[in-house]
Amino acid sequence: MEFLGFLARRLAWSLLVLVGLSVVIFVIARVVPGDPARMALGPRASAEQVTELQEKLGLNLPLYQQYGRFIGGLAQGELGQSLLTERSVNLDIRTTFPATLELVMATVIIAFLFGVPLGVAAARWKDSWPDNLVRAFAIVAAVMPTFFIALLLQVLAGYVLQILPTTGRLPTGTEFEADITGLLIVDGLLKGQLHVVFEAMRHLLLPALALSLATMGQMARITRASMIDVSRQDYIEAARAFGVPDRVRLFKYQLRPAFVPPLTIMGLEFASLIGGAFVVELIFSWPGMAAYGIRAITQKDLNAIMGVVMVSGLFFVLVNLLIDVLVGLVDPRIRIRGRRA
Amino acid sequence: MTSLLSVQGLSVSFTTYGRTAEVLKGVSLDVPQGAQVALVGESGSGKSVTMKAIMGLLPQPPARIHAGRIMFDGRDLLTLPERERVALRGTAMSMVFQDPMSSLNPVWTIEDQLSTILKYADRRLGRDRDRRGRRARVIEVLSQVRMRDPERVAGSFPIMLSGGMRQRVLIAMALLSEPRLLIADEPGTALDVTTQAQILKLLRDLVEAQGLALLMITHNLGVVRETSNYVYVMNKGEIVEEGPTADLFAAPRQQYTRDLIAAVPRLTGRVAT
Ligand SMILES: Nc1ncnc2c1ncn2[C@@H]1O[C@H](COP(=O)(O)OP(=O)(O)O)[C@@H](O)[C@H]1O
Ligand SMILES: [Mg+2]
Repeated sequence: MEFLGFLARRLAWSLLVLVGLSVVIFVIARVVPGDPARMALGPRASAEQVTELQEKLGLNLPLYQQYGRFIGGLAQGELGQSLLTERSVNLDIRTTFPATLELVMATVIIAFLFGVPLGVAAARWKDSWPDNLVRAFAIVAAVMPTFFIALLLQVLAGYVLQILPTTGRLPTGTEFEADITGLLIVDGLLKGQLHVVFEAMRHLLLPALALSLATMGQMARITRASMIDVSRQDYIEAARAFGVPDRVRLFKYQLRPAFVPPLTIMGLEFASLIGGAFVVELIFSWPGMAAYGIRAITQKDLNAIMGVVMVSGLFFVLVNLLIDVLVGLVDPRIRIRGRRA
Repeated sequence: MTSLLSVQGLSVSFTTYGRTAEVLKGVSLDVPQGAQVALVGESGSGKSVTMKAIMGLLPQPPARIHAGRIMFDGRDLLTLPERERVALRGTAMSMVFQDPMSSLNPVWTIEDQLSTILKYADRRLGRDRDRRGRRARVIEVLSQVRMRDPERVAGSFPIMLSGGMRQRVLIAMALLSEPRLLIADEPGTALDVTTQAQILKLLRDLVEAQGLALLMITHNLGVVRETSNYVYVMNKGEIVEEGPTADLFAAPRQQYTRDLIAAVPRLTGRVAT
C-alpha cells in the first residue's frame, strides 16, 4: 500500500508541475511581441477588425483573467479555437497527436530493444572490443544532431538504396480510416488490415530509427554503467561462489537489479523525444503535431500553443507514472518501501 | 586424521597499477574431516584472499598464484579444470558470506535465490529434483537454521527480513547441497553482538550435528574460542602460530597473538542454550 501512496504522491507532484508549466507558457506566449489578432487577420485588415477579434479572443482583458478563462476551458477539456485552422484545437490535436505518438512509441521500442542489450554486452565484455564499440556508438549518437541523422538516413535508405519510403505514414492513396486509436499499426491490427500494418511499419522505420539513435546510445550507456555497478555487489560474488552459471547470473542476478536506472532515464528521455520528434516530422513529412505546433508558435496561435504544450506535458506525466509502476514491478524495494532507494 | 582440505605453501600476489604486492607468502593450513578450524589475523593480513583462493574466486589478474597446492579430498584444486572446479562450489565446499545486508539479491525472493542455487547444484551433481522438491529442500534448510516461519521467510524479499534473519538465510544457502566443508568469512560481524553470538552458536551446532568441517575466518579471537578446536594465526600473509585453541589461549608464543588476545572484545558472550 506504500506503493500506491508513492504513486499518488508522484502523480500529485506531476499535476502541480503541469499547472506551473501552463502558467509559464501562457505568460511567455503572451508577452513576446506581436499581436495575434493582427497576425491572424493579415496586414490589410482594418483597425476595427483587429480590435473586434482582440475582444473576441479576450486579449484586452488582464492576464490573470485570460488565464482564468483558459483554465476554465481546460477543466472542461476545451482548448478553444485555433486562429489558423479555424477549427477547435481539440480536433486539430486529435488528428495530429496520434501520428506523433506512434512515432515516439516506435522510437522508444527500438531504443530500448537495442540499447539495453548493447549495454549488457558492453558490461559483459567490459574494456574489450564490444564495449569499445558500444561506447563509441553512444558518443557518436549523442553528438550527432537528430536532424542530421534524419537527413542521412533519408538520403541513404530512401534515395540511394531506395528500400524504404521517406515521407508520410502510408503510401498516398491508401484507403484507411484510423478511427479507433489513431495509431495506424494498432488500428490496422484491430481491423485485420495487415497490409496497412505492414506499410505503416515500413513508413515508421526510418523516422523512428533517426529519432531513436541518441536515446539508444543513452540507454546503452546507462545500462552498461548500471550493470557494472551491480556486478561489484556482494550478491553477484555470492552467486558465483555457489556456482550459478554466468548466463543466469548476468540476466537474472545482474540485469534485473540494474534495470531501474535505464527505465527511469527512459521516462525522462520522453521530454527530449517529443522535441526531437518535431524535427523528424518536418524532415519526413510526418503529419504529427510538429508542423501544427511550430506554425502555432510562429503565428502566435495562442490556443494552439497551449494545446500542444498541455498535451505533450500530460503525455510526459502519464508515461512517467507508467514507468514508476514498472520500476515498482522490477524492484520490490521500491514497492515495499514506497519510495526510491 | 586425514585432511579434507590442505593448503600447502600458497603464495599469492596482487599487481595493481604496475605494483606487485606479495599478499600470501607460503601459507599452509589443514582442515581435517569434520574438524572446526579457525584462521585468525588482523584486518588486511590476507584471510579473505586465502578463502578466495580456496573457493577459486580470486580475480586473476590482478591476483596471481605463484606457488602452492590446495588439496581437497586428495585432489589439487589449482590444477583442476575450471569445469570441475565450479562443480565443487556450493556442493563439496561452500561459503557463509559475511555481510547479510549486501550478500542477498534485493530483487528476488529468498526462495527464488535458494532454489536457483539448488537447481544448478543439482544439475552439476546429476541429481534429479523438480520444483516442488527444490521448494521442500529450501524450506527444510530454512528450518535447520532455526527460522520460526520458514514458509513466510521463503516468500520474503531480503529487505523484509532483519539482519539476523538474513544471516541465517546465508547459512541456509551454504547448507543447501550438503557440503562437506563450510568456510565462513567473518560471519555476522555486521550484526549486533547478541545476534552475532546467536549466529556463531547456530553455526557451531549445525557443524557438529551434520559432521561438517568448518574453516572459520575472523579477526576476533573471541570468535575463535567459540567456534574452533584448532587455530591458525595469520600476520601479513604468513601463518605465524598454530595450535589447539585451548593451548593457544593458555600459552600464546607470539607477541602478535598476545596482542590479538588482548584485543578480544568482552562482548562475544555465550548465549544461553
Ligand atoms: N582485489 C584486490 N586487489 C588488490 N589488492 C588486494 C585485492 N584483494 C585483497 N588485496 C590485498 O590483499 C591484502 C589482504 O587482504 P584480505 O585478504 O582481504 O585481508 P583480510 O585478512 O582482512 O581478509 C590486503 O593488503 C589487500 O590490500
Ligand atoms: Mg576479510
